[in-house]
Parts: sequence; C-alpha cells; structure tokens
Amino acid sequence: MKYQSQKVAYWYFLTAMAVFAVQGLGGRWAGCSYIAPNFWADVVPFNIVRMLHTNSLIVWLLLGFFGAAYFLVPEESEREIHSPMLAYIQLGILVLGTAGVVVTYLFDLFPGHWLLGKEGREFIEQPVWVKLGIVVASLIFLFNITMTVLKGRKTAITNVLLLGLWGLVLLFLFSFYNPTNLVLDKMFWWYIVHLWVEGTWELVMASILAFLLLKLTGVDREIVEKWLYVIVATALFSGILGTGHHYYWIGLPSYWQWVGSIFSALEVVPFFAMMSFSFVMVWMGRRDHPNKAALLWALGAATVAFFGAGVWGFLHTLHGVNYYTHGTQITAAHGHLAFFGAYVSVNLAIITYAMPILRGRDPYNQVMNMVSFWLMTGGMAFMTFVLTFAGTIQTHMQRVLGENFMEIQESMHLFYIMRWGAGLAVVVGAILFIYAQLVIHDKPKSASSEG
Amino acid sequence: MREVMTKTMARNVFYGGSLFFILVFLAMSFHSVGYVVNKSTASAEITEEVALGKHVWEKHACINCHTIMGEGAYFAPELQNVMSRWGVSDDPEGAFDAMQGWMEAQPSGIEGRRQMPQFNLSDEEIRGLSEFFLWVGKVDTQGWPPNDAG
Repeated sequence: MKYQSQKVAYWYFLTAMAVFAVQGLGGRWAGCSYIAPNFWADVVPFNIVRMLHTNSLIVWLLLGFFGAAYFLVPEESEREIHSPMLAYIQLGILVLGTAGVVVTYLFDLFPGHWLLGKEGREFIEQPVWVKLGIVVASLIFLFNITMTVLKGRKTAITNVLLLGLWGLVLLFLFSFYNPTNLVLDKMFWWYIVHLWVEGTWELVMASILAFLLLKLTGVDREIVEKWLYVIVATALFSGILGTGHHYYWIGLPSYWQWVGSIFSALEVVPFFAMMSFSFVMVWMGRRDHPNKAALLWALGAATVAFFGAGVWGFLHTLHGVNYYTHGTQITAAHGHLAFFGAYVSVNLAIITYAMPILRGRDPYNQVMNMVSFWLMTGGMAFMTFVLTFAGTIQTHMQRVLGENFMEIQESMHLFYIMRWGAGLAVVVGAILFIYAQLVIHDKPKSASSEG
Repeated sequence: MREVMTKTMARNVFYGGSLFFILVFLAMSFHSVGYVVNKSTASAEITEEVALGKHVWEKHACINCHTIMGEGAYFAPELQNVMSRWGVSDDPEGAFDAMQGWMEAQPSGIEGRRQMPQFNLSDEEIRGLSEFFLWVGKVDTQGWPPNDAG
C-alpha cells in the first residue's frame, strides 16, 4: 500500500464478498423454486427469495465500486483519503441497511408501511428508511472521495469514475418518486435501472478497467486515458437514448421503437471497444506483472461483458424482435451474463488486484483464483445458453402460437434443471474465489507487491 | 491515431456529446410525459381504487414473480392483459368476482405446480387490485402483448 488510508477498501471488499456469497446462495434457492415448486413455496415464497437475490447483487456491486474508489483514488490523486473515519461510517450505514432489508423481506415486517415496509417496485424494494440511509451513505461517500480528488492530482480515470459515481447517486433519487400512474412510474424507474447499468455504471467499469490495465501492462498513461474518454463517450452516446429499448411496450410514444432500436444497437460499440482496448493494451504493454489472476479477470470482464451485455443485448433489442421476446427467459439469459461479465467480473478483477497489496503480500493463491474464474465464467455461460434455449421455446410457443404460460413452463423443465447445475458451478467458483482471497497458507513476504 | 486525436479532444467530445444526448433525452422524456397523460393512459381515470390496487401490488412484491407490461420476474404469468384473458375487461363486477375467486383459491397445492401465496386480502384490496388491472389493461401499449397468453 502506498497510502495507509487505502486500507478502507479492504473492509469494503470483505463485506462485498460476503454479500456476494449470499447472492449466489439466493440464486440457487430461487432456482430450486423452478424445479421443485411445492416444497420451496412453503419455506419462503419465490418473490422474497428473488428480491434477496437481486438486491444483494446490487448491494455488493456497489460496495465493490465504493471499495474500488477508496483503493484507486489515493493512488491516482497521490494523497490519503480525505477522512477514513467517514468511509467506515458509510460502510456501517450500508451494512445496517442491508441487514434491515434482509430481515424486512424474510419476515415480511410492516407490510405496506410508508417508512418501514418494503416498497415493492422491482430492484428498489428497500423500505424508505433504508433508501434514506443509502442516500446519506452515498453523500458521505461523494463528499469524501470528491474532497480527496479535488485536493490531489486530477486524472482522466478519477474524472470518469467520479462522474459515474455522482451520476448513479443522483439517479437513485428517482426511487423516491412513485407516481400512481403505472406508465409514468415505469418510465422514471428506468431512469435508475437503465441509466445505471447502461450508463453511469459503464463509466465506473471503464475507469476501473483503465486503472487495472495501466498498472498491469505498464502502457503509457496518455494512451490509456485518451481511449478511456473515447470508450465512455460511445457508452453515453448510445446508452442515454438507448433507454428507448425499454420504452417500446409500456405506454410510451411509438417513436421510441426506432430511437431505442438504433441507439441500443450501438450499445455494442462501447463493449466491443472495451474488449479490444484491453487486449491491445496487454499486447502493447511490456510489463510482466506478477498478478496473473487479476489480468485474467480484467480481460475476462471485458470479454464476457461484450458477449453478455453487447451480443446478448443486441439479440433482443430491435423492436421487431423484442415484440416477441420481451419478458421471456431470453431477458433472464441476457441479464445474467451481462451483470456477470460487466460488473461482477470487474469487481472481482479489482479485488484480485488489490487484496495482496492491501495485505502487504505478493500475489497469492493465483491458481485457485484462476480456477474460480473458469468455474464461474463457464457456469454462467452455460446458464446463459440453456436459458436462451428455454426463452426461444417460450417465445415461439407463447408469443407466436399463443399457448398458456404455465403449460409452456412445464416443457422447459429440463432447461431449468440444467440452469440449476450451471448456477451451482458459479457458486462453487464464488466460494473458491472468496477462499482464495481470505486464506493464505504460506508466511508473509516482504512488501514487494507494490504496483 | 495519436495524430488524429489528442486526449483533450477526446475529453471534449465526451463532455460535449454527452451533454447533447442528455438534453435530447430530456426533451423526448418531456414530450413522452405529455403523451402518457393526454393519450396512452387518458381513456381510463386513475380512481382511488386503482391507486389502492397499485399499492397492494407493490406491498406484496407481486412483480417478483409476475411481469406487468413484460417487466418483472418471469416465474408467473404476464398481468397487463389478465382481465382480457379472463374475459372480464368490460365487466368490473365480473372482474372483482374472478379476482376474489382466484385469490381465495391460493395456494392451489397442485403437485408440481408453482404456488402463489395466500395474501389474505380484504374485499377492499381485492376491489382495488381488480380495478388496477382493468386500468392497466386499457393503457395503449403499442399492440403488446401479441396475444392473450401475454
């Protein structure tokens, strides 16, 4: 560690990995409801388990982003974090809120209560008191990290990272706006959901990737930063109007069909650029960095994001196709690979890179870490394939032939069993990853792991 | 490429272009809100019952099994067109009766079939829910879903 206050990131990463484990187990649990519906319905209903699965995903990804910021901003700004104490308070609020969410969902506490009950809009089901806590924690974070950046060296990486983080926090404020008109509700709900994952989060991802490639390959900063700007430009130029691909069938004007189709088709570009950029940088770079696992995750993130977000997104984004595939297992297939490739992998990449430095060691458990990469990536790819097959069958039987939803689901049973197995591989990989980060068997070495 | 574009140029294109697209998006959003209020949802009034129904829908996190207008979980059927699927879209009393019968029958307990929980809704909440789905069914969704199966 160059800067003592980077240590803050260690606790964010630990918490993130713990919630990651919860997310994976929640996914297996939800997957059981598809295979053995009667038994699991009596334990906890599917909707509750799914909320835990999606909410824990969002929470741990954000914890990872916060941790990444606390790790890389000191190095970029060349100074200590403004206030490590504030960073720990922020983490405490987020942990408390997360625990509150889990308890509220599982025991269905205060149903319908305006402050204490869950809110029941997809992904932003958190009770209002938790949302307020998230806002307070986010403001603490933004203050802390902005002060650090303002007082130190300003780089393109911190510029883009900060822009992404400010954007995502401001967009979250739309979660407090819930009009009684369902169409308006949906329209502004996408301001959060789409403009997070296909806008601001891409800025965060690209800046983390740029930082990693800078460190791992030793390529000239000028080149990395120029391409960072080019990539995030293509991300926002396509992604903002690309919101239109969610506006086809929810009661909005028909012009969104063309605007959404054209601009969301272009959303492939930033992901293709990130992938090409990553490989070219590695090819150009002359540094032989010892942390091979971090490099694998960084390249893996860029590649799987291109397939998951780019290719699988394009697969059903044109409105003529989407008319039939909208809200089928095709969407589920895309969602899983896109989140895994883009945001899970980039988090695991920065964690893999940072943990040895934060613990003052040379990179450790690299083979185990790489095995976990292939287990998780292979499992998630297989899950995506089987859900795509399932979705294709569903689209044809339900949307073209007009057969009843529940009857078709029975004919997709085999795919759901295979999905469960694929998910198990992902969870085993995740546990292996966490083990590889936490447990070291050899003795500590000299602090030669800098950079 | 170094000669074609410098880092400063790339940065300015990013900031300028993003601002442009944000403004275009906001203008289109502004127009869309007018379209929603005056056109696509104008044929049916949002009564207190509809509002209550939406609250019930959210209170029980229905969207984490069902989809509505294709959005949600994919575990249970689409509900934007549930009233037309039940053949009661022009019959509020029939819609209420059908909704009440459905809600009382849950969970079905049928072996091997996904189970919907028993939510113990009051008559008022059931009325709200049926009015909410009648309202949702009247929204102009550009012809989606393709058929009654949803």
